[in-house]
Amino acid sequence: MILHPGILGLLITAVLVLGLVLYGAYLGAIVLVRWDLDSSSEEQLALERKTYLLSTLMGHAMALEILSALIFLYTLEDIHAIFVGAMCATGTLNANPVGWWVLGAKILGLLFCAVWIVLNRIDQRAEDYPLTRLKYGLLLLLAPLLALETWLLFRFFLGLDPSVITSCCGTLFSGSGAGVGAEIAGLPAFPLMIAFFGGTAVYLAAGTLNLRQARPRLRYLLAGLSLWMLGISLASIIAFISSYHYELPTHHCPFCILQADYHYIGYPMYLTLFAATFYGLMVGIAEPLRRVASVEGVIAAAQPRWTRLSMLLFGLFVVIAAWPMVFSDFTLEGYY
Amino acid sequence: MGSYHLGRHLKILEFALSSMLRRRTKNLGLVLVFAALVFLLSSIVFLTGALRTEALATLEASPQLLVQRAMAGRHALIPLGYGELIARLPGVGSVTPRYWGYYYDIYTGANYTLLGIGDQGLESPGSTPLRLVEGSFIMPGQRRVCLIGEGVAEVRGTRIGGMVSLRDARGWMQEYEVIGLFASPSRLLTNDLILLPEADLKAHFGMPDDRATDLMVEVYNPHEVDNISRKILERLPDARPISHAEIQRTYETLFNWRGGLLLAMFLGAMAAFMILAWDKATGLSADERREIGILKAIGWETSDILELKLWEGAALALVAFLAGVTAGYAHVQRFGAELLMPVLEGWSTLFPAIDLAPRIDPYALGVLFSLTVVPYIVATVVPSWKAAITDPDRVMRAS
Repeated sequence: MILHPGILGLLITAVLVLGLVLYGAYLGAIVLVRWDLDSSSEEQLALERKTYLLSTLMGHAMALEILSALIFLYTLEDIHAIFVGAMCATGTLNANPVGWWVLGAKILGLLFCAVWIVLNRIDQRAEDYPLTRLKYGLLLLLAPLLALETWLLFRFFLGLDPSVITSCCGTLFSGSGAGVGAEIAGLPAFPLMIAFFGGTAVYLAAGTLNLRQARPRLRYLLAGLSLWMLGISLASIIAFISSYHYELPTHHCPFCILQADYHYIGYPMYLTLFAATFYGLMVGIAEPLRRVASVEGVIAAAQPRWTRLSMLLFGLFVVIAAWPMVFSDFTLEGYY
Repeated sequence: MGSYHLGRHLKILEFALSSMLRRRTKNLGLVLVFAALVFLLSSIVFLTGALRTEALATLEASPQLLVQRAMAGRHALIPLGYGELIARLPGVGSVTPRYWGYYYDIYTGANYTLLGIGDQGLESPGSTPLRLVEGSFIMPGQRRVCLIGEGVAEVRGTRIGGMVSLRDARGWMQEYEVIGLFASPSRLLTNDLILLPEADLKAHFGMPDDRATDLMVEVYNPHEVDNISRKILERLPDARPISHAEIQRTYETLFNWRGGLLLAMFLGAMAAFMILAWDKATGLSADERREIGILKAIGWETSDILELKLWEGAALALVAFLAGVTAGYAHVQRFGAELLMPVLEGWSTLFPAIDLAPRIDPYALGVLFSLTVVPYIVATVVPSWKAAITDPDRVMRAS
């Protein structure tokens, strides 16, 4: 274990978030069993009051998840210097491979929390709490996910041993190595560029079409496309976007862009990408809920807003990503 | 719709602030305790960060590879013949012997670092970027002169033109004329330093002619350092190669560990504070209860009261956090972290007064936030909600 202020902060925050969510899930379970909107008993009144507490708990948990995700990334960056062979966050993650699982669990947990918060807000707009059961059912799924994340986080940080010789991003994301990272880094840049920029055009077109015509199928299409574009974008970051930011054709690391040397450009890049994906997904996730009469109006009003937000954020992401491709002297042309 | 919502939140915030101002004394105690805690934790985080930066800045200038000799597990003087052998390895540039040692001064009770400077002068590879504040460097062939760091000048009470007398290995007092004073980007480096001509230094310590303290090895390709170290160890089993990167890692680990340990100790205090905050937030006065009752009676909803309470908590935490962080920053930057320095620094008896470049690190602020504000906010969620569901009817009747 490495006693580092950032690690202490992360572990404490993780325990607090888990506490909030477990307590929320406990309250949620009670609500699930006892909820009866037609009853006017004292118990039902108490349950309705508890929903306020639950929303607050989850709101806090969400805010803390975002904060700790950023601190997690930066801490990975910050402590790489103590590992032999590490040059960025990749090295830290490789020093104890559980870290990759933590990263995955964090992204999933964050997405899950965000979806929950939005469902909760939709629910609160309606008179008759129509989504209560769905919400609290989801909460019972979220709690184990966060428990897993916390457990992994502890295993990761407690298992970090400075004497382990780790490998840097140059090994993992090299165009000629083995493994998933290397496979992606070695993807031919030119076809992927076409997929990336073509995909962007398709995505923006699908968004515009969504705003013009209110058809359920289009909304599902947008949600699917947003997931697809997330995959393409991540692959593109590794295969060519990062290389443009580093101005080095052999450097493919998706983490070094988070460093001060590259003006922390990775943070706005990943934030806009994930936020765009989230809003795109929400358009599709909320679609089946429109069958519930009392929230139909709320969702119908929200969907165009989400669509616009998603398009805007994705556009921003592409601008940040493509900036050096357009405005720097560096070119990958010889490497197509 | 958006501006209506924003307006509502702002109004509730305004109300929260004014109601806190009305109950100044109740909140003041909590803010003070909280700010004191933040001050303590932020001092630790800022100071370890600053020390780490200082130490790493010092290291920037150190040679790629240092070779010492170990005998019976201790550092021993290294034969110059080792240097010739190392210089023949492919990939090695120059090998420069270094002559230095520690000197305990019984008059001031301080440890000085004595460094010999050869005829190549300070321009030799890997030499540290020392800057003279005033005076001149040692010329080739010059004897019985010295350059001293600011700390030495201070405790010895001498300036340029003065004399520094040191007791040599035979017990004789030797006098050296001060011809220059040092300033360095990092005062950790030169504060306790006395620079002597190489021949004087060897005579002072009674070093044999064919030995040096250690060897600075220039390696052309930084990626080859580990390979060269291995080759040196194969040929010279009693050598101890220390690479730049290794020292850097040791510093990182050391400062992280020291800071982390201190933080972990004070986290107990944070836990106690969480309980205090919980208690304070739970124990509503009759006055506050009545106020909530009235607000509800005039149409505030439970969610509004909850928001009011959360705003109050956030405002209090923010004020305390900012006050504590500002005080912690001032403590480290203006007052040299007097309260913590002895615990965190400490490898020499002559402490440099560190002038740290003012630097605000968003990461450090984020970490501090997660160590202080986050626990506070979590501790007050449930009490805030309990206050918000107060039944107006019951409260009004009770009063």
